[in-house]
Amino acid sequence: MDPNRHILIIGNGIAGVTLARHIRKRDSSVKITLVSGESKYFFSRTALMYVFMGHMKFEHTQPYENFFWGKNRIELIEEWIESVDFAQKSAKFQSGETLTYDQLVIATGSKPNKFGWPGQELKGVQGLYSKQDLELMEENTKDVRRAVIVGGGLIGIEMAEMLAYKKIPVTFLVREKGFWRNVLPKEESELISKHVREHHIDLRLETELVEINDDGNGKVKAIKTNHGEEIPCEFVGLTAGVTPNVDFLRNSKLEVNRGVVVNSKFETNIPDVYSIGDCAEFKEKPAADRKNIEQVWYTGRMHGETLALTLTGQATDYQPGVWFNSAKFLDVEYQTYGTVPADWDGDEFQSFYWEHRSNKVAFRMLMDSNGNIVGVNNFGFRLRHEFFDKAIKEKWTGQKVISKLEKANFDPEFFAPFYIEIQKAFLKEYGGGFKPEKRSFIQKLFGASV
Amino acid sequence: MKVIQKIGLILFLIGLGVFTAIPFLGTYKLSQEMVSANTKDIHEEKMLEILTPIYDQSYSSNFQFLSEFNQEFGTYNDALKAEAKWDEVIWDDYSFSLGKAALSSPVKDNPWLWMFLSIGLAVLGGLLYNLPKYKDEPEGIKNNGIFHSKMKNRGWLGMLTGSYLILFYVILYWFPAYLVNLVAMVDPLSMILSGNPASQWFLYGFVYTLAIIVMGIRMFRKYRGNKYQQLRTASVMFFQTAFAFLIPEILVLLNQPYFDFKNIWPLDYDFFYSYQLDSFLSGGSVGMFMLIWGILLIIIGVPVFTYFFGKRWYCSWVCGCGGLAETVGDPYRQLSDKSVKSWKIERYLINGVLVLAVVMTILTIANYFSDFWLLGEATNQLHSFYGFAIGSAFAGVVGTGFYPFMGNRVWCRFGCPLAAYLGIVQRFKSRFRITTNGGQCISCGNCSTYCEMGIDVRWYAQRGQNIVRSSCVGCGVCSAVCPRGVLKLENGPEEGRINELPIIIGNDSVKINA
Ligand SMILES: Cc1cc2nc3c(=O)[nH]c(=O)nc-3n(C[C@H](O)[C@H](O)[C@H](O)COP(=O)(O)OP(=O)(O)OC[C@H]3O[C@@H](n4cnc5c(N)ncnc54)[C@H](O)[C@@H]3O)c2cc1C
Repeated sequence: MDPNRHILIIGNGIAGVTLARHIRKRDSSVKITLVSGESKYFFSRTALMYVFMGHMKFEHTQPYENFFWGKNRIELIEEWIESVDFAQKSAKFQSGETLTYDQLVIATGSKPNKFGWPGQELKGVQGLYSKQDLELMEENTKDVRRAVIVGGGLIGIEMAEMLAYKKIPVTFLVREKGFWRNVLPKEESELISKHVREHHIDLRLETELVEINDDGNGKVKAIKTNHGEEIPCEFVGLTAGVTPNVDFLRNSKLEVNRGVVVNSKFETNIPDVYSIGDCAEFKEKPAADRKNIEQVWYTGRMHGETLALTLTGQATDYQPGVWFNSAKFLDVEYQTYGTVPADWDGDEFQSFYWEHRSNKVAFRMLMDSNGNIVGVNNFGFRLRHEFFDKAIKEKWTGQKVISKLEKANFDPEFFAPFYIEIQKAFLKEYGGGFKPEKRSFIQKLFGASV
Repeated sequence: MKVIQKIGLILFLIGLGVFTAIPFLGTYKLSQEMVSANTKDIHEEKMLEILTPIYDQSYSSNFQFLSEFNQEFGTYNDALKAEAKWDEVIWDDYSFSLGKAALSSPVKDNPWLWMFLSIGLAVLGGLLYNLPKYKDEPEGIKNNGIFHSKMKNRGWLGMLTGSYLILFYVILYWFPAYLVNLVAMVDPLSMILSGNPASQWFLYGFVYTLAIIVMGIRMFRKYRGNKYQQLRTASVMFFQTAFAFLIPEILVLLNQPYFDFKNIWPLDYDFFYSYQLDSFLSGGSVGMFMLIWGILLIIIGVPVFTYFFGKRWYCSWVCGCGGLAETVGDPYRQLSDKSVKSWKIERYLINGVLVLAVVMTILTIANYFSDFWLLGEATNQLHSFYGFAIGSAFAGVVGTGFYPFMGNRVWCRFGCPLAAYLGIVQRFKSRFRITTNGGQCISCGNCSTYCEMGIDVRWYAQRGQNIVRSSCVGCGVCSAVCPRGVLKLENGPEEGRINELPIIIGNDSVKINA
């Protein structure tokens, strides 16, 4: 490999940036260019809601100070790339200028889904993905009496919280029987649904958007649901998932399906062209419990970490470890480790579920028919990643996991020891040769009770 | 805003307004008897003579009175200074005690009433404002609108508040004579507690304690559902009220030396000054106990507690400066600078102050035990420099006045020599660390934004690396505001505490040192 080769990365999201950083760590001579039309400096899009709500300023979402890039000799270009000439190994900017590369990495992320609803292009209708979307949302939410959000996923709930900050009443249309029910089991989904309603959000389950109506001036006036109801509103948030942002690459030699098609080394059908992050689509699922397109922060990071090895001379297959994820639904934190599907076959799996009477703290462990852990969901309290990564990898029995649950606790000091109640509940349901943990002296002293 | 909160805000503003207006009330008339009663024997005769022109004159404001006073007094001193007769110059400042004696005002006549109208209304208003906060909302920390706030994001309200605080400190430290009305107002309270009339420091301590209590109650509301935050807030409220405010006053009432049992050298920089040592050594067994207690805290308390719990045991659970920062200062915590550059400045400054304090103290002690043979009065110069630059300007004016400009821990981060000492122990020999939860970080930046010490917590969290930093005061807010459950303050084995080569969990293709 040419030590002075030029690696061009389109997209400065977590995938592209992680890749650039790790290449630079392992190789001090290659030339690295990061391009993004969205913003010059890498920022965390997961924090966009906090900027809207005044928790942070935009610059707080930037994980690295501006000098970082120069210091690490990572060239930044703030511009949109319009097309790529793969034969000439050259990318063309909107301005008309071109840039040649030796190796190209496509890490262009996602864009919000729009399913061809009538009126989806009206003013006041938008998704939330980019910095520009955020700015638009500031603009679009200025004189709004009611907002409607379409699609009950993670971005939808964030949008609902953002609107609630502006004291805008929200109607939330969710296609499923419960909130995020396509991912969460019934009980968890109900727990979150209840919490959403506690925040005075008008949650409409099993309700879909049919059309968005114009006020005569190109602005949204109301929406119509599949139940025939018309809901007047001045803002519509479209949060029914995301899709790879790769349209500018269609109709080229590059194989593009929903995303850029890659193998387990992130190689596309064209030599020296790779793709990572939200926009990459694996030909074969990276693991049995994984999807062909991975659209979360962590996977973007891991793709970047892995491809950096390949691009610095150590060809490496992507092998994701135990799945994990987390989110926050208004005030309720959620983490998951391993695999807990929305529904499962009762012959193949055993489930243990515990919920606190507050309806805000819950724990589920799914075990296979031998009683070995396959995954957990936890709400309203925190669990240790390292613990479950090990337990799931080593296929501990559910009983062993629960008996050691104190070690998994990641809540701050003095918090209520929920793990004790979980242990008691587990013993009652499944039995086991262990005793529940005792409250420590400090916990007793400060009345930390469940 | 709810009605009760609005009323609270109005009451608070009225109280603050009255408090601010009080110094301007009343008239001043000085008599010979007052001068005799309030000057040292060696100065009495001279002072009686100097002030002759202003006896029994009635002055309608503190400005008038003090300007006349300073005129007469200054003329006398300046003449001597011009002739370099340093021995005859009167270095003591009598303007405060004489001003206080000369004052007659409605406040002095009716101190309790005025105390209610000023401090009382402000406290009441503060409580009415804070208690109903988040009443109908589910538990959870809401930092909503902080960066849209004119108060909390260096807007005009913040600027105004900062300027007010700075002005208050400047007057308190260097022109206390202008505050005699306020001090007279708290005289009766001081008489009850210590049997002595109040000084400006009593006034300050009283207001300081109330501020911590009222804003501590705000903390209980703000951090609902977070036991760690609530307990440490209760702890600073307790230590301020009992240890910093009440106990020292009561000790005086019992004819013992004034002593704050939780104040530790070198924050308590005059602990080894000759007058302090004299008061311990002449204070019988209680005085002796105080001396030994203070020394034990320095050489055993700090290292042992910090080893087990990190410096938080002091900085965010016990300390008075920390107490104010964590309560009154909490709304400003996000204003600290997170840049690497400010981290550099921080290390030079804070360790510089520590060195200065140590050198000064060693010289002082050596001088004391050599019966002032070694340096004579030179240590006094050093003390007045340190007292002025560090003790007053840095810790007070900048330390608190800059809350709305640079965040609530400017002093603790850049200046406090005790924090420097605790920090060195914490960095190199402690079980304390902030653990990051594997690969769960999404780099959102809430942790860094709300770190009052300006630590870029995210830098570590996103690499799965433990946070081991000398400046961390363990307030736990990074953990509290993390939306993904990533950060946890922990005490644990020293092994593996500093994981320089972290491995982010979850990616089996590589084991990467991020
Ligand atoms: C509001 C919100 C909240 C989220 N919260 C979470 C969460 O809590 N946890 C989680 O795991 N995930 C979350 N996600 C998903 C996560 O942010 C994404 O999975 C991740 O950012 C994808 O990273 P990426 O590097 O693949 O792409 P991106 O971050 O999308 O970066 C791609 C960049 O490439 C630029 N680009 C695209 N095309 C071009 C072009 N032609 N020319 C130049 N530049 C181009 C884009 O403008 C963009 O800046 C959230 C997403 C959103 C929108």
